Amino acid sequence: MFKQQNYLALGAVVFVAVLLLSLPTRATERLKLAVGSWFLPLFGLAGAAQQLPADLADSVLPRRELLKQIDELRRENQQLKERQVQTVAIAQENDQLRGLLGWQRQSPWKLKLANVVMRDPANWWKTVQIDLGSRDGIQTNQPVLTADGVVGRVSSVSYVSSQVVLIGDPNCRISALVENATHDMGVLWASHPVDAPFETSFARLDHLASSANLKPGQDIFTSGLGGVFPKGIPIGKIADVTTEYGTVTSANVKLNANLGALEQVWVLFK
Amino acid sequence: MLDGSAFSSNMSFFKPILILSFAFLAVFGEATLSAPRHWLGAQIDLLPALMVYTALNADLVTVSLLAVLGGLWFDSFSANPLGVSILPLFVAGFPIHLRRELILRDLPFAQFVLGAAASAGVPALAILLLLNMGKLPVMGWGSLWQWVVMTAGGAAATPVVFALFEWCGGALGYQQNAEMGFRPDREIRHRKILK
Repeated sequence: MFKQQNYLALGAVVFVAVLLLSLPTRATERLKLAVGSWFLPLFGLAGAAQQLPADLADSVLPRRELLKQIDELRRENQQLKERQVQTVAIAQENDQLRGLLGWQRQSPWKLKLANVVMRDPANWWKTVQIDLGSRDGIQTNQPVLTADGVVGRVSSVSYVSSQVVLIGDPNCRISALVENATHDMGVLWASHPVDAPFETSFARLDHLASSANLKPGQDIFTSGLGGVFPKGIPIGKIADVTTEYGTVTSANVKLNANLGALEQVWVLFK
Repeated sequence: MLDGSAFSSNMSFFKPILILSFAFLAVFGEATLSAPRHWLGAQIDLLPALMVYTALNADLVTVSLLAVLGGLWFDSFSANPLGVSILPLFVAGFPIHLRRELILRDLPFAQFVLGAAASAGVPALAILLLLNMGKLPVMGWGSLWQWVVMTAGGAAATPVVFALFEWCGGALGYQQNAEMGFRPDREIRHRKILK
């Protein structure tokens, strides 16, 4: 039953698998990017296919609807301009006060918009691919966020795309600050175990101090510790708290960003 | 040669190319289409179903190529270490290929059961390998639901894959010529009779 060619095939496949798994991390990452680049022509096709319904919808939209949308956008633009003027004034005041106190000046965030083009096909990781790569200046460990809050960090970069590891994946840990009187700090990591596979917007806050005073509804922001995420980016709200012997040990955090429906994200440049 | 489909033995490269092209598109589809995640809470993997078809209808080289290339393509989009998916895919296909003479491959129920076994085994083996390597995949009670979805989805997809490849074989491959009614050995030789 077991012919020579069976031994050969078995040996060859095991050899290739063991060889690949024993390669150094850097070589594996390069090989991964090289294999991933085979799919580049399909990226373009998929993008065009996704754009087609939108283009068709635009071409059949009635003129009255378009004029209404233009009117709404003008109004929104006016409001944003007014808010920008206020923000600039506040930022200047903040800089002056920081200067008076001898604190370091805060540099404004530079953001770059990216489209989420792919998701991890394996159900046991939480990563996505975005359409910005090293040609756009992307580097590993850059924070990735949406208008609602932080979603993860860049984990690997190729020339035209990058992999983003999302909150909830064990490879994405964020030092978090709770907005309460005691300013409790913890680490958002390891994730909420996949107890509810349909719910993708929860994570777990661990490594809390024994005196932590957490309550559901309190807001959570990045603490700025760890060197990856700047301070003050919103993350989410505390959903419920786990206590053992009267001491808070961990908390479930409802994330502001919906990680299951990410389409566009911002990559933050420091 | 064991070849139960409409593919001709002359077209030895046609079938492997078709299988590998399907694997390439399947991995791309799994990475880009997020509807199964929204509706079922898990992404369905089509590679085990394709491996069942390949193990039953193609040679060992194609089985090995599908395991290596399919695994590489899958891992290139995933946070898996490169090469982790190769062995589980091969382990799913190799025993089926060895026992292919004993399997009623044309029965949809047999295809369904083999698809379910392969779709359940491949992710379980991949996670076992990851845990052995010291990686920490995201897991919990909900992973059981994801595993059930992957098993059921892969099982349902297997007969569809068989039907698709049969159709492709018929549409793109050479068709067997129908036997002619004329047989030279049955021809009546008039001259001899007349003599």
